[in-house]
Amino acid sequence: MEIPLSYYLLLGGFLFVCGVLGFLIKRNIITIFMSIELMLNGVNLTFVAFAAHWHALSGQVFVFFVMVVAAAEAAVGLAIIIAVYRTRETLNVDQVNLLKL
Amino acid sequence: MLHLILFLFFGAVCVAGAISLLAQSHPINSALSLIVVMASLAVEYLLLGAEFVAAVQVIVYAGAIMVLFIFVIMLLNAGSEDRTKGSRVAIILGVPGVLTAALLVGWTLVFRSHTEMVSIGALPGGPKEIARLLFHEFLLPFEVTSVLILIAIMGAVVLASKPGAVSKRHDDEMPKAMPELVGAGKDR
Repeated sequence: MEIPLSYYLLLGGFLFVCGVLGFLIKRNIITIFMSIELMLNGVNLTFVAFAAHWHALSGQVFVFFVMVVAAAEAAVGLAIIIAVYRTRETLNVDQVNLLKL
Repeated sequence: MLHLILFLFFGAVCVAGAISLLAQSHPINSALSLIVVMASLAVEYLLLGAEFVAAVQVIVYAGAIMVLFIFVIMLLNAGSEDRTKGSRVAIILGVPGVLTAALLVGWTLVFRSHTEMVSIGALPGGPKEIARLLFHEFLLPFEVTSVLILIAIMGAVVLASKPGAVSKRHDDEMPKAMPELVGAGKDR
């Protein structure tokens, strides 16, 4: 009935690292955005694992807040992606370089 | 024992989904991999006794947010991603840095942590307990979050509509946002 805490932390850390790597490697702006969601999911898993470990329910409430912020972020971010696509006609982040020197 | 088997199985599914998200080149395949990750994470939450969080994970994350993603992918008709080179700083400094930090954290977790166990179902995570905490101790953050959601709704509407369409809505009858959005991709 008992699972080591470090297993959950390792899984959460792996998801976070996958998210960071996707953020660095991927070129499609929507996939980059999905990598951010992956990072948020990894952090949520560590929140819930620590909540179960320390017997503090506040961790689960924090997960709730993280989900709400992620939903708001997804709505605004996807609207920005639509606006970028309408002006630049591309989803490749390398071609959205107007601010580059 | 059954809990450990379930944890390992859905953890493996989760890891496979995350790797698949990185490996796929088409965004719709990445989105479906992300849904797999989120669904298996919901099972991990259930194993930890967090029933409400698991339900919200399926409904909000795997349901609402991913539907939004797939809707945008299909609206923009996103094809396979271009293999451009990208930022050299990110490849040279970023990827080794992330891998080093990950190895360090993993090594610390595996070898230096005491064998702390998480007992299943020790913490009640039902809606009743969550709601009591959310509406008493966390009432102010809850209200602030509702304001954040309101601002996000307005921001999404303003950003996704055509420039000038929001202010012009008063003087012409037909809202023009959708036909122009469809017309933007007519050259494909």
